[in-house]
Amino acid sequence: MTRRVASVDQVSTTPLRLVTVEDRNVQIASTIAVPVIETEAQLKALIVSLSGVDAVGAEARAAKLSTRSIKKSTKLAAIEMAISMIDLTTLEGADTPGRVTSLCTKAMRPDPRDLTVPSVAAVCVYPDLVAHARSVLGSSPVAVASVATAFPSGRASLKVKLMDVREAVSAGADEIDMVIDRGAFLSGRLGQVFDEVVAVKEACGHAHLKVILETGELVTYDNVRRASWVAMLGGADFIKTSTGKVTVNATLPNALVMLEAVRDFAETAGRTVGVKVAGGIRTSKDAIRYLVLVNETVGSTWLTPNLFRLGASSLLNDLLMQRLKQQRGAYVRADEFSGD
Amino acid sequence: MSDARLDVRKTYKLLINGAFPRSESGRSYEVTSAKGAFLANAAQGSRKDVRDAVTAARGAQAKWWNATAYNRGQVIYRLAEMAESRRDELAEHVALAEGMNSRTSQKTVSASIDRIVWYAGWTDKIAQVLGGTNPVAGPFFNFSIPLPSGVVGVISVQESSLLGFVDAVLAPICVGNTVVALASEARPTPAVLLGEMTSSSDFPGGVLNVVTGLTGELAPVLAAHEDVDGLDLSGVTFEVGDELAALAAGSIKRVFRPHEKESDSSLRRLRAFVETSTVWHTIGQ
Amino acid sequence: MPTFAPTNSAGIDVSDRQLANSQLGSLEYDPAPESAAIAKLESSYGLFIDGGFSDGEAHEQFATVNPANEETLSMVAQASAADVDRAVSSARRAYDKVWSKTTGAQRSKYLFRIARLIQERSRELAVVETLDNGKPIRESRDVDIPLAAAHFFYYAGWADKLDHAGFGVNPQPLGVAGQIIPWNFPLLMAAWKLAPALAAGNTCVLKPAETTPLSALVLAEILEQAELPPGVVNIITGDGSTGAALVDHPDVDKIAFTGSTEVGRMIQQRTAASHKHLTLELGGKGANIVFDDAPIDEMIEGIIDGIFFNQGHVCCAGSRLLVQESVADEVLRRLVRRVEQLRVGDPLDKNTDVGAINSAAQLLRIRELTAFGESEGATRYTSSCELPQKGYWFAPTVFADVAQSHRIAREEIFGPVLSVLTFRTPEEAVAKANNTNYGLACGVWSEKGSRTLWVAERLRAGVIWANTYNRFDPTSPFGGMRESGFGREGGRHGLEAYLNV
Repeated sequence: MTRRVASVDQVSTTPLRLVTVEDRNVQIASTIAVPVIETEAQLKALIVSLSGVDAVGAEARAAKLSTRSIKKSTKLAAIEMAISMIDLTTLEGADTPGRVTSLCTKAMRPDPRDLTVPSVAAVCVYPDLVAHARSVLGSSPVAVASVATAFPSGRASLKVKLMDVREAVSAGADEIDMVIDRGAFLSGRLGQVFDEVVAVKEACGHAHLKVILETGELVTYDNVRRASWVAMLGGADFIKTSTGKVTVNATLPNALVMLEAVRDFAETAGRTVGVKVAGGIRTSKDAIRYLVLVNETVGSTWLTPNLFRLGASSLLNDLLMQRLKQQRGAYVRADEFSGD
Repeated sequence: MSDARLDVRKTYKLLINGAFPRSESGRSYEVTSAKGAFLANAAQGSRKDVRDAVTAARGAQAKWWNATAYNRGQVIYRLAEMAESRRDELAEHVALAEGMNSRTSQKTVSASIDRIVWYAGWTDKIAQVLGGTNPVAGPFFNFSIPLPSGVVGVISVQESSLLGFVDAVLAPICVGNTVVALASEARPTPAVLLGEMTSSSDFPGGVLNVVTGLTGELAPVLAAHEDVDGLDLSGVTFEVGDELAALAAGSIKRVFRPHEKESDSSLRRLRAFVETSTVWHTIGQ
Repeated sequence: MPTFAPTNSAGIDVSDRQLANSQLGSLEYDPAPESAAIAKLESSYGLFIDGGFSDGEAHEQFATVNPANEETLSMVAQASAADVDRAVSSARRAYDKVWSKTTGAQRSKYLFRIARLIQERSRELAVVETLDNGKPIRESRDVDIPLAAAHFFYYAGWADKLDHAGFGVNPQPLGVAGQIIPWNFPLLMAAWKLAPALAAGNTCVLKPAETTPLSALVLAEILEQAELPPGVVNIITGDGSTGAALVDHPDVDKIAFTGSTEVGRMIQQRTAASHKHLTLELGGKGANIVFDDAPIDEMIEGIIDGIFFNQGHVCCAGSRLLVQESVADEVLRRLVRRVEQLRVGDPLDKNTDVGAINSAAQLLRIRELTAFGESEGATRYTSSCELPQKGYWFAPTVFADVAQSHRIAREEIFGPVLSVLTFRTPEEAVAKANNTNYGLACGVWSEKGSRTLWVAERLRAGVIWANTYNRFDPTSPFGGMRESGFGREGGRHGLEAYLNV
């Protein structure tokens, strides 16, 4: 004898589908306006009013999202997206014009045999190599980004920092990656950090400003959230995790907290700020995890080089290899692509 | 005609919410000694008395539990002091009720008082014995603490009018419960006396409520009362206990049925009306 | 009925910065299904009695279906009262002749073996669980199966240390334990029941839920692989009548039940006039209390985990959200946005967040209660996700403006449905949280430690999660107060349920 479990009618007549871009773009009108910051007291009051971050929860959320399974055409799309978001970076004392030339060439045509591969978003160099990079890139859409403001420590007078910025901009930089004064931030001088961002933003002129928080030195997620807001209130076009020059660089939970900050800032202040993760991102898998994080935290609006960047150097080759592997169906040699 | 003084006979009343009312039904019943001599009149409690006692116990629960464990220990120890000072009276009642000689009854009273002291000492130790931290595999601080079940209904043993009563009511009280106790039907006076002593020992009203009367009439009311969280069935036969346990199931009560020989050192009674509450908290910077 | 139709009301303009050449801007996830073939299911299963599979005496079978598509997965045996008797006799024999003479150290090693085998067959078990239950593979893979193995590992270590468990020297087992488990965490609940019972020295007759028998049957294979002596664990499938026969069997010394309060009450009544020991893990209506200083993003995730984990088929689900009034609008706004992002669909897809409702009957109950929610005047938000055509599905739903007196605030829905209420002071929060006959679990969200502990101390609940929700661990006692049952599972406390102490 066999019994059957009764069927339920009228469940739904629409087929199975996955969540679409539209769903993710649900946006809700801003409810709180951010006041104009005129005094340090106002700034501190606003910063202190931000919600705390529970470290365990933030790390658990990031870990959970990193289990997303990105396969097949999604993976290919994600790889190309990641390529287009790279700030291809060389920040070594031993950098030479030759190396920068090679980097720029690769930035414009990451895979010389396949022109459907998008160019990267920018090359990122020290200020003295901006002019050279600019001349190699010519009229290509690849931007020139330059670290300035006494990168990476930020330990110089404001005057020197501003001069550093102006020189880079006048040499042709489209984007400036500044570092905040972590010492000032950690000792509570938020006004000083804010003023520096405002001054650097002004010195940037037409160039876009990325503010490096150096999350590895801020240590706590509360600090990362607070520093994100100071930078955004000061006029940052992007907030960026790290210089890549300290022990702890970009991490998924730090990026999560920063993405939450830009999302909330967009809602309350009505201005969209980008996020750049940098340092230690070497594999396609890493990069895709960040894209998933963006996708599910701020929505696909941010999935554009205008609003999300990956600061990296060796990542590009891995993305190219994985792309080729997706196309060929077999793993490829590391030597398939140029070293620089 | 004798010129001996006519004694003043006491009617033994209920203890509800720190007061000593007669039964709302107005009934009383005659309590006799083990040898059948008239001993006293006791209030014959009703369903409504049980109801009022449960309401009192519920009302007192939060206050009793929120008192510090140290304070609860002090209060219970104070009861031992009061019992000690009125030990002869207790012994006389135990002797008459249980048909003991005075030497045995004094020993029983001593054992009962010592038992009260034992419970007094448990209030601030039970959490460490039954609770603790749990090493979960993750960034969480996790600890378990014993909480009282709430309101416990006690059907006290019929034979042991004092010592049995002490065990039955003080075990749940010392871990933070409040109690509605049905005293031994035939031998209620030691329990009533001890109840009187609680009111002069800083017990908040309602922590211990004592209802005297017919067990067969009152026990089912207590067992079925949905605002009673736990039920001690020490004072009924196995057959009656089965019926009461079935009634208790209506509101998922914790039911305590004694082992044939309950060891003195067993923590069963202390564990019987304790709930383990486990708290997780994240650990992070 | 407001839904989250996408709007562009914020009008965020991203076109003002044209720094780069590419405007890809979309990341749709391709289906990433785990293969159903990994389950290696048989077309039919017998009863696992006395160390082997056999047909029921009446040869009656019933189908177990995949709730995601209503397809029959396998046929399983319907155990009759005679089969229950056979299983109990087998357990009794094994107890008398073998298990009670097996040392703690040996029992320990059997349990370690079982734990390892669960780990080794974890992928298969995860797929079986997802197919039979409808839960997302991410959860069965990352939660159910690893925790089931962890429970066996934990209790394995207790088997030879019972003298030190705080119940006196040489504590004795109860004998034959009858164990009836629910359909929401089939394998995990089997582990919660079997591991402490075996460690303490009992033998077992386990009855898995009617709609989710399969992972327990795979577990039976694992017990064979582990060479556990025949009869120490018997696994019998069937419906409520099988469970009732087990509860009523005179040679059972202990009943452990996890399921609804309604059935628990009946079991307590039926075992009242017997020597049977009883522990019950029943329903709940957990309050998740949110204060205005809560870590907001993690709290939103916690609310989501609290109610949508396992489609809300969780006895300790945070099904009542109590939000401090000053942040209620903000919390609701963020919550509904997050609900809309939940990926509902194929449970085998590794990216699915919310799977299928376990059965037609459960779906009907959820629909019935949510209909009350609307008719009682609560504001309903339902995810706009499209649901599969076949199978049992219910879109994640949030009710706002719920009053304490509404049925959806009082009754356990056991589905992906959250009721949102508000409060103004900590005292009011505690009073509302405790205003229920249940007492299983609560959550507290605040950055202020002293207040969290103040609240935790006053909540009548067996489990309290502070700044997290729905976390489980074998070392952590779990179980309810009041009508959520009695007895604890997990930790040292979990042994008490299987020892005569």
